[in-house]
Amino acid sequence: MADLEDMKIIDPGVDDNIAKLTPERIERTVNKVLTQETAARLKIYMDTCVHCGLCADSCQSYVSRDKDPDYAPVAKVKDTIWEMVRRKGKVDAEFLHNAARIAFIDCGACRRCSMYCPFGIDISYLIMTTRRILNLLGVVPQYLQDTTNSHAATMNQMWVQQDDWIDTLMWQEEDAQVELAGTRIPLDKEGADIMYSVIGPEPKILAQLIANMAIIFKVAGADWTMPSTDGWDNSNMAMYSGDFETMGRVERLHWDRASQLKVKRVVMGECGHAYRGAVYDGPRWLGWTKPPIPMVHAVEYYYDIIKSGRIKIAHKYEGSVTVQDPCNIVRGRGLQDKLRYVVNAICEDFRDMDPHYEHNYCCQAGGGLINCGPPWKRSRMKSNRIKAEQIHGTGAHMVITPCHNCHSGIEDIIGHYKLGCHVSFISELLVKTMEMSEA
Amino acid sequence: MVNRETWDWNNGSRAICDLGALEDRFDEVHELTASPDGERIAAPVLTAPDTFSVAVNDQRWEGEFEKAWHLAFTPDGRLTALVRIDDEWTLAIEGEPWEDRWEFAWNPIFSRDGSVIAVQIKDNMEYTVAVNGTAWEKKFPSSRGLALSPDGKRAAAVVQVEPLAEADVFGFFEGTWSLAVDGEPWERKFINAYGPTFSEDGERIAAEVRLDICEYTLAEDSVPWDNRFGCIWEPSYRNGSSHLLAPVRVAGSWTIAENGEPIWASRFMQLWNQRLSPDGSRIAAVATTSFGQWSVVVDDRLWKSSFDDMVLPPVFAPDGSRVAATVRSKGRWGLAVDDRPWTETFDMAWDPIFSPDGARVAAKVERDGRFAVFMDGRSWSPWFDMLWDPIFSPDGTRMLVRAVENGTLVRHVVDVATGFQS
Ligand code: SF4
Ligand code: SF4
Ligand code: SF4
Repeated sequence: MADLEDMKIIDPGVDDNIAKLTPERIERTVNKVLTQETAARLKIYMDTCVHCGLCADSCQSYVSRDKDPDYAPVAKVKDTIWEMVRRKGKVDAEFLHNAARIAFIDCGACRRCSMYCPFGIDISYLIMTTRRILNLLGVVPQYLQDTTNSHAATMNQMWVQQDDWIDTLMWQEEDAQVELAGTRIPLDKEGADIMYSVIGPEPKILAQLIANMAIIFKVAGADWTMPSTDGWDNSNMAMYSGDFETMGRVERLHWDRASQLKVKRVVMGECGHAYRGAVYDGPRWLGWTKPPIPMVHAVEYYYDIIKSGRIKIAHKYEGSVTVQDPCNIVRGRGLQDKLRYVVNAICEDFRDMDPHYEHNYCCQAGGGLINCGPPWKRSRMKSNRIKAEQIHGTGAHMVITPCHNCHSGIEDIIGHYKLGCHVSFISELLVKTMEMSEA
Repeated sequence: MVNRETWDWNNGSRAICDLGALEDRFDEVHELTASPDGERIAAPVLTAPDTFSVAVNDQRWEGEFEKAWHLAFTPDGRLTALVRIDDEWTLAIEGEPWEDRWEFAWNPIFSRDGSVIAVQIKDNMEYTVAVNGTAWEKKFPSSRGLALSPDGKRAAAVVQVEPLAEADVFGFFEGTWSLAVDGEPWERKFINAYGPTFSEDGERIAAEVRLDICEYTLAEDSVPWDNRFGCIWEPSYRNGSSHLLAPVRVAGSWTIAENGEPIWASRFMQLWNQRLSPDGSRIAAVATTSFGQWSVVVDDRLWKSSFDDMVLPPVFAPDGSRVAATVRSKGRWGLAVDDRPWTETFDMAWDPIFSPDGARVAAKVERDGRFAVFMDGRSWSPWFDMLWDPIFSPDGTRMLVRAVENGTLVRHVVDVATGFQS
């Protein structure tokens, strides 16, 4: 039985909007998505599932909630999209209230379960289809919807004004120069090798990360630039709220900016979902099979510059560290070995989590979950006790998280379960450990 | 580039600026910008710690600033920069800052002849627009995106017209965005507004507007089209008329709609970056019929060639008879002209440039970090260390090439027919 406390949570984005719906609109919307937007895939998955339950143990929320069957992946789709199909869209307010909780809070679309399903049924796709329907009904948790609204209005995730963006890059350049003279953040440099793009929260709350990257680029001798105007944000919460039109608009602008700047590739900061948005979901919705210009995740970039000797590690970090494998760059892209190469190059005492690589558990923050905001934080914590146990099991004092959502999500877990360790991005360790000279 | 006729079109090469000497004179020399006529090269320079000026050839602006960036030459050849003085921003033209300064100023845009310059500004935490140095009276909680009519007589900006409390998702969907035209906001508010575009005569203005979660259309002079679409991209006016068109998404696929109704029979998986021929009679756009089959569609007819990575906005010849586009396929850049891809490919290729009679197509290209001009698919110039887009003389017989070799900006005027003689 699903968590009673969670079931009672009233989220205005969900419940106030459900109250405005008519049965006709619900039915019409569900059927529109089922007939016009979902491929044959949905039906095949429904017909293929044998309800064996083999996927259950793969999901962090099921395991963390003492194997409550309502949190098994298959239950999550049975109680949402499959029921909508079965009832031909004739579902009521109570159903939608529960479906929104399941689709937006209980599943991070991390795709771990698909690896354990003998038929490879893509639960994440089914959950995303549920979210698409809920989005068209206007039923989206308030804070997640607000993030999507920010994307729609500003083309970035955090309502960053255009002048604040430029101003932030300018003072980050000055800050970086204090660390390493001559460091620059070249704006709109047409024909640079690399366009560097980040996610909205960086200029808003973690601006230091931009200075870090400027220093890393300087030491590596990179020819790089950042756009001074919209299109700089590579993140995409609209993808997770089901607003694919806004997702597409944001991704198009990002790739337009890269092509206008005539760069050879885009290097992106340490983020998992942004990688998924910019490399997979965004391009596909727009008609590309892959990003039109190569996209390099920060982990791959660090790997390249360390491996090729373009940066050297002066003294390794001595404390004990573990690493969170972000779903979207490990399960999604296979960067686990490069990630370990980088971590081992920078850190003396690396301890892997168990399980790890593509079998690692999701942080229960990605997939839009953490963006659903404070009302849902306790639920996220309850759904990821297993992550706390995993971290505790390593005995490490620091969790390296090359993904913004993992970073915030694991910080929450560390606090909630009183694990007494810290989180860090790779760039924060890299600037402390690499050789820097002003030549 | 209004006065191309008055430029020096005498054949020959002339050294303009020793960039090495420039580097020696200043602690830092930032990104270089060459004037369209090739007579000047400019860059923001550091004259002392935290003190910027702008170097132009072997001179520099008298004024010094806390910052100077975003150098751009207007179409009439004046050098502009965004500058910060006493913690306030403004635009400087040929070294002369506008009298008024604001908390922030950015995104300068120019009218077709360069006589009008508009910038977005922030003043006392509110947003608006300044045109030729004078700010609109009305200010807004936010503004993003700016447009000028071709003659510069009218300006418009996408503005937020209602303040929005944090996480107020209900207020957002009631509509908080609109357009402000010449300082006055439209009466109607929308969930979002994008891509403001003036008609050629400046009489009309249109923008993409969002009316519901997944309902978009165009609004012209604040009145939305009757038809609604699943998605829409930025509009264009047909040159010389008031006909308005845009790519629209109908039942999951894209086509072009004009004055609210689809005008093409073809439907595409994606369709965008439509461009009009100079007389407004023809439309070329970028389209794909299925994943990664990017091509150009001209007047509802799709090219046969396609490119898996991307196709950049198409370019019409001056007489509208030909269409070219920069394309990327299998990781290599190239050009395609009238459905025929060049056989040579490059690490990077810039926009196609037609000769005035449309007979020739040139483009700046890059290989192994060096740059050259290719013409009609073949190598036409030597390889340079740096290069700006080549420019045809008004009669089309010569080409102006602005290039850096051995640390010097050289201005070459070369016969198109014979090319560089080695
Ligand atoms: S959170 Fe991950 S493992 Fe759990 S159901 Fe969703 S996709 Fe599957
Ligand atoms: S493992 Fe696959 S087939 Fe078995 S219940 Fe889960 S989704 Fe269905
Ligand atoms: S936040 Fe990180 S771990 Fe969590 S879903 Fe994203 S990539 Fe996966």
